Amino acid sequence: MSTGWLIGSTISAVIVAPFLGGLLVGVDRKFTAHMQGRIGPPIIQPFYDIIKLFGKKSMVAGNAQLVFAYIYLALIIAAVVLFGLQQDLLMLLFILSFGTLCLALGALSVKSPYSQLGGNRQLLQFLAYEPILLLAVIPIALKTGSFPVAGIYKYGQALLPNLWLTFIALLIVLAIVMRKSPFDISGSVHAHQEIVSGVVTEYSGPYLAIIELGHWYEVILLLAVLALFWVGGGLWWISIIIALASWFILLIVDNISARLTWSWMVKFAWGIGISLVALNILFVKLGWM
Amino acid sequence: MGILTTARIKSPWLLHFDCGSCNGCDIEILASLTPLYDVERFGIVNMGNPKHADVLLVTGPANYRNHRVLRNLYEQMPDPKLVIVVGTCGCTGGVFHNCPNILGGVDKVIPVDIYVPGCAVRPEAIIDALVLALGKLKEYGK
Repeated sequence: MSTGWLIGSTISAVIVAPFLGGLLVGVDRKFTAHMQGRIGPPIIQPFYDIIKLFGKKSMVAGNAQLVFAYIYLALIIAAVVLFGLQQDLLMLLFILSFGTLCLALGALSVKSPYSQLGGNRQLLQFLAYEPILLLAVIPIALKTGSFPVAGIYKYGQALLPNLWLTFIALLIVLAIVMRKSPFDISGSVHAHQEIVSGVVTEYSGPYLAIIELGHWYEVILLLAVLALFWVGGGLWWISIIIALASWFILLIVDNISARLTWSWMVKFAWGIGISLVALNILFVKLGWM
Repeated sequence: MGILTTARIKSPWLLHFDCGSCNGCDIEILASLTPLYDVERFGIVNMGNPKHADVLLVTGPANYRNHRVLRNLYEQMPDPKLVIVVGTCGCTGGVFHNCPNILGGVDKVIPVDIYVPGCAVRPEAIIDALVLALGKLKEYGK
């Protein structure tokens, strides 16, 4: 693929990703409402929400939190750009992690107890899924022989049949990043009485919109990483179906499960998630997969 | 009508504060979130965080015990914001009128946009009040 084509597709990905992310949230809300016997909001509701938030007067608790909100968005867009340019997968994930860390740092920079609790829980989420995310790169690198995303395209074979254990572990990561039940810990989307809005409690108006935008980018990026498990195998639309199917599975899990505690989340992610990836690495090394 | 005004009308996030009501009106507010009335159809979400909210729903009479909390919550909400008082107690003090610990209606503490009388208020009346309140947003900034 030519450099011009890569740059063009990267620019279009940065522009299209938030629209796609917003649309997915809209479908999520509609689907959830239908599962609960309600009609639910229109599918473009997240866009109304975000435009409204950008139009609200800004109320700021401290300048540090604003800086962290901007860095969060900038780093996640940087990770999307790296993905579009088919750069190093490991580098991309480190940048993504630092973005997520900025969200926690922003919450911890304010004195509000709910924000502090949310920030701590964000760090715990980070602690739970980050090892899986980084370890998941190893079997991919073992298979394709290189770390860059471009290597997966060139591999000429789908990764999913051999790396399905890693894929399942990444689904756990996606559920934690999307803050879906049973991992609805830091944002506390469905439990206002517990820690108000957790990590985003002290953000309001345009800054909340920036964080929401960053979150849409983040979810789309992780779905794109899941799609990578098929890109080498030809038939590009199968990768999109795989990404959307994983997202849909998480919606169903979100609707049928309760919120659980952070200690359960860490145990589950480390116990099941890391074991799955470790087994996969072992099997690849032994030549079984 | 501009995009921003449309978005504001389509996405009012609620903050519900019980100022010492008997819980009758609060139950009716929550009833309007259930599948039968489903206010999320209109993009209305119960937020529980003043910094994210656009509409403050207050039930119960303003009293000496928590009028500071009420004012604090109102001041934490970013503009543009609306206040809807739900129930007779919140409108005028209701049956608690002239009690020694009662200030009176909620409008003694914060500016109120819409009053919804009733004891308890029906969910239909609350939804109607929300629609009325959102009409006020059209005039915002003009």
